[in-house]
Amino acid sequence: MTVKADENAADEFSRVVASHRQQIFRFLLASTRDADLAETLTQECFLKAHRNWASFRGDSSAMTWLMRIAINLQKDHWRNRRLQFWRQTRTNSVDVDEASEWLPSGERTQEQKLLARERVSQVWRAVEGLSERQRTVFVLRYVEEMELSEIAQATGLSEGTVKAHLSRALGKVRTELGGAR
Amino acid sequence: MKGLTRWTKRDKEPAHEGFEQMEALDPVLKQALSEFKASVHAWSDAEFHRPRTATNTVAHRTWRLAAGWSLAVILLAGTGSTGVYEHHQRQVAAQAAAAREAERQREMAAEKARQQEQWEEEMLASVDTAVSRAVPSAMDPLVQVADESETKR
Repeated sequence: MTVKADENAADEFSRVVASHRQQIFRFLLASTRDADLAETLTQECFLKAHRNWASFRGDSSAMTWLMRIAINLQKDHWRNRRLQFWRQTRTNSVDVDEASEWLPSGERTQEQKLLARERVSQVWRAVEGLSERQRTVFVLRYVEEMELSEIAQATGLSEGTVKAHLSRALGKVRTELGGAR
Repeated sequence: MKGLTRWTKRDKEPAHEGFEQMEALDPVLKQALSEFKASVHAWSDAEFHRPRTATNTVAHRTWRLAAGWSLAVILLAGTGSTGVYEHHQRQVAAQAAAAREAERQREMAAEKARQQEQWEEEMLASVDTAVSRAVPSAMDPLVQVADESETKR
């Protein structure tokens, strides 16, 4: 009976990994701009989730729960990096211009592509200037398209605070875009 | 309120404009956000499906570990050899000081012996002088008699 229950839990967890792994990786990539680091943190996230899977009560969706783990892992990573300043200081983060190279292939003219790349670059620059919390909230909203309530659950902030962070983040993005207009 | 942290206080301030209004009223912002999302999704899809190997990282880590250990061993050896050298130098200096002290003691003893000898010589000389002066002159004829009997034989 217990073996059967364990097998069911393992199957369920495998399905959760399969359906959410890419999204967690994308959030971490957008937050760190480092593909290798994002991959490492994604693996750590699912390892931690696997260890605590039994304690997941389903109060929030699995995605929100996983996102919360990912946010905490990311915070821990940067905190450790600051403390371990004697360790390798080089990061594999790509710069803003390189990150802006990625555009979906669509039916566009060369000029439209250039303009789009410029706008994406401006948004990256604004994101770079955001605080850690503002960046997290911004990425969750405008990359992952999460609802305010989900963002609040994942970050542990109130919805009002999430709104305030989003307003400030958007204000900075708008200022960055306005500079080039 | 004292209990509030700084950033929570800031969050309590009313935002000048809600983010929903900004999204809705600014078409350039809306377009930029949409392109940003599409760009991140495209990049993430490409990176997510890119095969990765951990060999490089492991090699780098091994190399760093080896370099760290080598440096530590060199530092330890350097510290150890410096300590041994210092100890040896102190031993040599102590031996030299002991030798100098022994030489000084030996010279002092020799000087003392020389002074003693001189004092004894002077004393014997003075005794000789005193004794020779005390020989009785009455014995002189006996000496002559002994000499004569010796010559007759």
